[in-house]
Amino acid sequence: MFSVLDRRAVLKGAGLLVAGVTSRSAVSAPVSGGHLRVAGAVGSASESFDPARQSMATDYIRGHLFYDGLVSLDDRLIPRPALAETLESDDFQTWHIRLRRNVRFHDGATLTAEDVVFSLLRHQIPSTGSQRYALARTMQSVRVLSALLVEVVLDAPNSDFPAILGISNFAILKAGTTNFTIANGTGPFRCQEFAPGIRTIAVKNSEFWGAPPFLDSVELIAIPDEMARHNALMSGDVELIASANPRLVQMLKKNGFGIVESPVGTYTDLSIRLDQRYGRSADFVEGMKFLLNREQIRQSVFLGFSRVGNDQPIAPESPYFNTQLPQRPYDPEKARFLLKRSGFLDETIPLVCSPAALASVDIAVVLQYAASQIGQKMAVQRVPADGYWTQYWMKEPVGFGNINPSPAASLSFEVGFASKSPWNESRWRNPQFDTLLREAKSTRDEVRKRQLYWDMQALVSAGSGVCIPNFTNSLDAHAPHVCGLRPSQAGQLMGYNFARSVWLSGSRGQEI
Amino acid sequence: MAKRKQGAGDLNRHLPALIGRRIFAAATSLAFVIVTVFAITNILPGDATDALLGQGATPQAIAAMRHDLGLDRSVFLRFWLWLWGVLHGQFGYSLLNGLPVADAIRPRLHNSLLLAGASAAVAVPVSLFLGITSAIWKDTLYDRAVSVLTLGMVSVPEFVIGTMAVYVFAVRLHVLPALADVASVHSIGQFLRAFFMPVASLALVTLAQMVRMTRAAMADTLSAPYIEMALLKGVGPARLILVHAIPNAIGPIVNAVALSLSSLLGGVVVIEVVFTYPGIAGLMVDAVSSRDVPTVQACALVFCLTYLLLTTFADIVTILSLPRGRKA
Repeated sequence: MFSVLDRRAVLKGAGLLVAGVTSRSAVSAPVSGGHLRVAGAVGSASESFDPARQSMATDYIRGHLFYDGLVSLDDRLIPRPALAETLESDDFQTWHIRLRRNVRFHDGATLTAEDVVFSLLRHQIPSTGSQRYALARTMQSVRVLSALLVEVVLDAPNSDFPAILGISNFAILKAGTTNFTIANGTGPFRCQEFAPGIRTIAVKNSEFWGAPPFLDSVELIAIPDEMARHNALMSGDVELIASANPRLVQMLKKNGFGIVESPVGTYTDLSIRLDQRYGRSADFVEGMKFLLNREQIRQSVFLGFSRVGNDQPIAPESPYFNTQLPQRPYDPEKARFLLKRSGFLDETIPLVCSPAALASVDIAVVLQYAASQIGQKMAVQRVPADGYWTQYWMKEPVGFGNINPSPAASLSFEVGFASKSPWNESRWRNPQFDTLLREAKSTRDEVRKRQLYWDMQALVSAGSGVCIPNFTNSLDAHAPHVCGLRPSQAGQLMGYNFARSVWLSGSRGQEI
Repeated sequence: MAKRKQGAGDLNRHLPALIGRRIFAAATSLAFVIVTVFAITNILPGDATDALLGQGATPQAIAAMRHDLGLDRSVFLRFWLWLWGVLHGQFGYSLLNGLPVADAIRPRLHNSLLLAGASAAVAVPVSLFLGITSAIWKDTLYDRAVSVLTLGMVSVPEFVIGTMAVYVFAVRLHVLPALADVASVHSIGQFLRAFFMPVASLALVTLAQMVRMTRAAMADTLSAPYIEMALLKGVGPARLILVHAIPNAIGPIVNAVALSLSSLLGGVVVIEVVFTYPGIAGLMVDAVSSRDVPTVQACALVFCLTYLLLTTFADIVTILSLPRGRKA
């Protein structure tokens, strides 16, 4: 029997984290009340209340304000029960989800199994336009067993299914919802105003099923312009911003602003198609991996706010990170030898990069310079951000991608590296890897699972055409009186979920 | 004398036709712009499904989505359906979030009109005053100072003026907000605080053209023989300027003002970005990058209409202000 931790344990854990990590903030006890103004970094008129379509950071924040998932992911991406009281499975293929009692939607309706079935199945309908269409298709059947019990049967065993349910796109809606001009969720805040691309105002939901949030209201705006976002924080127009500029971190700290650095598993990778021209040569792929000056990328591109990667998708802070796998060094001599042997040393290699893939243009330039030192010519081809993911990504022989963190190691492997995945960036086909992945998803033995993940990391690092030089860190900046904000592996602004934990210290709390 | 009367009568008879032709020309330009914008948006690589599905796109999902949004229909059919809707007052639905385009445009158009209106209310009187006075005191130190200052201002990009203003007044002095938060404006005081910097930045960059055109038109008129005649007859300076000179200079001045004002609606993307002002220019930029054709079309329609309304209005004022037509 597998079951997610019970709620009391969760709260205890969270309390410890507050005391341990946030220094200044922990001094004062949480205060209720107040209005928090937050500025995200991306936003446009295409923002939506439909969880299935949400794809921008501000969308995720809105999702966490108004909706709940069956499961929520904590700061270390561990699934915790939310609307589901328990998730149980004997074989990791048939899952029984028991819902929390007496949960009310904002319109007063009570949460039932019908709502859950509706919310999950709608992702399988193409016209929903779900970001998680492919993941949702792994649910073979979703049905109501009783008023508070849902059964999900997967197409194959998957021990990480609870983590998948924690993805905010799988938030629970009221059955039959088609109107997304208003958010009718079960979340800790109700929507008072929503103008796409302009602002969202959320007010505390007094009937929230969980621990009530400290804040009375949250105002969310998007300020895509970096300069304007920092100005808004410094002038006091907003109290919390996402995506702080690494160059401004010292200045912000000096002026009394707080910085929260989160080790998120996002990475920008150079992917070499193994089925096209250059990638057909294993020497070329290995040579390119040795040519990436990871430490220089960390220092000069990310200004130290990143962690060096080892060409495999599991970030160092993951419990499954393979600590025995030797770090691939920057070795121009070896790279030159391998590239020469591949026969491409005399050719100009095109590097397709774009502002769409975070920092890829800068990484391409660092790589181009390293290549010029060993006599390998490279052409940096910068293409526009819009349309990059469908027009260029995974289509070029050598190009950049940008991968967001997955809530589970198996998902990172499955999406980016399984032979059959449409997002296998380098078209790496490795039957041994597929077998290990299948076993990892169905094994009950945690030690064995770890061993499998370690072996898979070694396989990916050695064989795949995906080069992962760095994992990026996200930076949030906040005014001194904003407390309770913690680093999270789940994404910026505490995994987009800050509004449930943050409070305003001192008189600011009672001000409004 | 008789001949002159004859000419004026002719003009009066032709006036409706003249104005009618001007309006017809405006309608033709509108149709041309609409077709061009639609064509260009469709030539751009990718479509709205890219923006919708992003990295999560699979060929099956894209195909299903395209079908659902009607993007698998021919370009001509889509254009026809859109046009049919517009003729019936329907601007369609955003391809991205499925909300009515009219609902997305309305608040932003309101914001943009507010900003443009406030900027015009500042820029037009100031520039008319500066232009007329520098024409009167042509080639004096005052005239040169006005020229140098206004040209200097128009040469500085508005994001420099805007960003400097934000740095000084919001970040350093904390006297004005860095965001032009139009949604929480409830009093005149709040309005002035929120709008001071964006309006000042916009007024400064639009001022120069209007001042220059007003000055040129006025100087031209003031050097005409009839002004000299009026002066010799003993007409006072105020009457000379207001009654004799301005009516003849009004045509070019109105044209210059109309051209400057029409750029205040759609041409202020930079100011919208610097002050995070939710206007219609930013909406169109968003819509283009996400290939949300109905929204792009509606914005283009709004910009084009405003431009045409203003220039047509200016042209009609020019026609009506022709001295030959006035007295008859």
